[in-house]
Amino acid sequence: MDKYIWLIPILPLAGFIINGIGRNALPKAFIGFLASFLVLVSFGLSIGAFLQVQHTGQFPAHLFNWFSVLEFKVSFDFLIDQLSSIMLLIITGVGFLIHLYSIGYMKDDAGFGKFFAYLNLFIFFMLLLVMGSNYLVMFIGWEGVGLCSYLLIGFWYSNPAYADAAKKAFIMNRIGDLGFIIGIFILIVFFGSANFADIFPKAATPQYATTTPYVVITLLLFVGAVGKSAQLPLFTWLPDAMAGPTPVSALIHAATMVTAGIYMIARSNILFTLAPVTLHVIAIVGLTTAVVAALIALSQTDIKKVLAYSTVSQLGYMFLGLGVGAYTGAFFHVLTHAFFKALLFLGAGSVIHGMSGEQDMRKMGGLRSKLPITFITMLIGTLAISGIPPFAGFFSKDEILAHTFTYSKSMYAIGVITAMFTSFYMFRMLYLTFWGKFRGTHEQEHHLHESPASMTIPLIVLAILSIVGGFIGIPDSLWSGHHILGKFLSPVFTNSAAILKEVSSSQSTEITLMAISVGGALIALVYAYLRYVKNAHVPVADEEERPALASLSYHKFYIDELYDTIIRKPLDFLSDFFYRVIDKLGIDGIVNGIGKGTMESSKGLRLLQTGNVGYYIFMMVVGIISILFYIVFKK
Amino acid sequence: METLTHNIQAIPLNHYILLSSIIFSIGVIGVLIRRNAIVIFMSVELMLNSVNLLLAAFSVYRGDATGQVFVFFIMALAAAEVAVGLAIIVMIYRNTNSIDINVLNRLKW
Repeated sequence: MDKYIWLIPILPLAGFIINGIGRNALPKAFIGFLASFLVLVSFGLSIGAFLQVQHTGQFPAHLFNWFSVLEFKVSFDFLIDQLSSIMLLIITGVGFLIHLYSIGYMKDDAGFGKFFAYLNLFIFFMLLLVMGSNYLVMFIGWEGVGLCSYLLIGFWYSNPAYADAAKKAFIMNRIGDLGFIIGIFILIVFFGSANFADIFPKAATPQYATTTPYVVITLLLFVGAVGKSAQLPLFTWLPDAMAGPTPVSALIHAATMVTAGIYMIARSNILFTLAPVTLHVIAIVGLTTAVVAALIALSQTDIKKVLAYSTVSQLGYMFLGLGVGAYTGAFFHVLTHAFFKALLFLGAGSVIHGMSGEQDMRKMGGLRSKLPITFITMLIGTLAISGIPPFAGFFSKDEILAHTFTYSKSMYAIGVITAMFTSFYMFRMLYLTFWGKFRGTHEQEHHLHESPASMTIPLIVLAILSIVGGFIGIPDSLWSGHHILGKFLSPVFTNSAAILKEVSSSQSTEITLMAISVGGALIALVYAYLRYVKNAHVPVADEEERPALASLSYHKFYIDELYDTIIRKPLDFLSDFFYRVIDKLGIDGIVNGIGKGTMESSKGLRLLQTGNVGYYIFMMVVGIISILFYIVFKK
Repeated sequence: METLTHNIQAIPLNHYILLSSIIFSIGVIGVLIRRNAIVIFMSVELMLNSVNLLLAAFSVYRGDATGQVFVFFIMALAAAEVAVGLAIIVMIYRNTNSIDINVLNRLKW
């Protein structure tokens, strides 16, 4: 298996090259088939890698030596271990389903070939990110997925708003990436290597047991994760990223790329464990993000925006999990979230497809009978994200909340309330879309149709995964010793587990906690039912007055406006100042001054040139005599 | 040859220097104050020849032939200069019907 590992990322790259070159020449059917097929083969190879890891543990795969500076050598290596093998399965597996879905979804788009080329390129970079055996290879993937995200958000770039959204995502990510790369540099200086295999064992030894460098390094790495995984204060790009085609939102902005930050922290878990301060910061940032994003999601009317804020909120949960030391739980949530959020996005895409491009939930309603498969699969996804047993989200979210409870009671309380919000806004979305009367135009109603098979099959597969996905992590309190994922991942987290004291609550406490969160979710569900189905409440139009709090939520806490005021405006002002004063007066002044001075002085000097030959000769003689005098009387 | 050298050396070197300085100064003044191009040209020749005289005198006094070789070079150069310079003056005359250098004052800003 080791010999074929390099094929996993290379196949999508080949797809990118072929589809990229032949995007206008090749038939659409071939492009779609090739792109999906190559990812499917990668998925097959990933299963092989996964089985080998299960069998023999982690193994490296050396590709080539990249560069070396004196003692510092970097090689282009892959490391396949428990963590990366699961990520490989998510990326290629969910990636394949989304490729399949895109064949139907993008059927009529002029940029069909370009779209698949970008998708394949994204898969390639994402695989590099998770497979890299050192921080530098990881960084290539990290930047590459950012690039693909930019390209795909701005896929319909002829719309200026979409192009702006792409730029916003790119720039915000750049802020995070700066922190990430500085963190990597300090890491290299501190440990003299960028390889995971060199750093992590060293970090666990006593001679490196000083807290301060770890705090600095991990905080910087966390800044990178904040940018990539859309946490406060850098989360505003993710909702705007919904400008991209829906499969992109599902693949990049829900299932894979945005979880890169969590993957990176889980990968470097030992460094973070040694810096409790950072962990605390992560927990607070994660929790705050989860609450804020959930509050915003409560009143959004665009179906994709609801899902986008829900993604931000769930990512916040994952960071909360990392912060409280529940590495397995956080990663478990990455896994289940990849299933149900990809499912929800694809379902939303199917609704949008059926509604002829309409994304406003106020214009939907009553789609249950018209889009039965979409409805059932989205219902499963919603149940899963709301944490209702036995769906996948219940197990992963519960594991995070249980750890949060032992970490801090107040954080737990906020976490549970956020879970209630989650349940409310997700069911609000579901009720507004599928219940009640149809509120769109007659034209749209006429065109309503269930999506083709290439779109519904991925939905069904993801729905099944959302149902059964949670069973790989059954908590010990329910069925002791059946946390398969936890056992599988334990080698990755061994060192951290040795440092973090495992504080487990009693079985009865844990079951009570579960009951509380499930009860909360059910209450929110029922409340949403009463409000949006019984009373047929429909969110008011944009122009109408909203109550103060609802307005705050609807306008996303004015965070974009706030950034506009405190960052963009001063920057604009400063640029304007530099343009008008420093550039115009200072630099231009010097340059023009030199030119003007030359012109003015030559205006006077040119009078010396009279054209009179006798005068020239006289001056020449004077000159020669002066030189003679100078030479003779020099000493 | 021997007697000629002897005769030359009979006159003190200072006299040669004085003479050639006078001739040179006359040449310079001629160039500066005359307006006729041909006279200026002649004055230039005067300066060249005063230098030739000085070179020949030094050469004899030092018993070194190099100075005299130099004189021949200067003569050849002067001949070439005359050929070119006179041609220019002829062309000027044809164009302006005058060889007054003050007429040639158009080469300016």
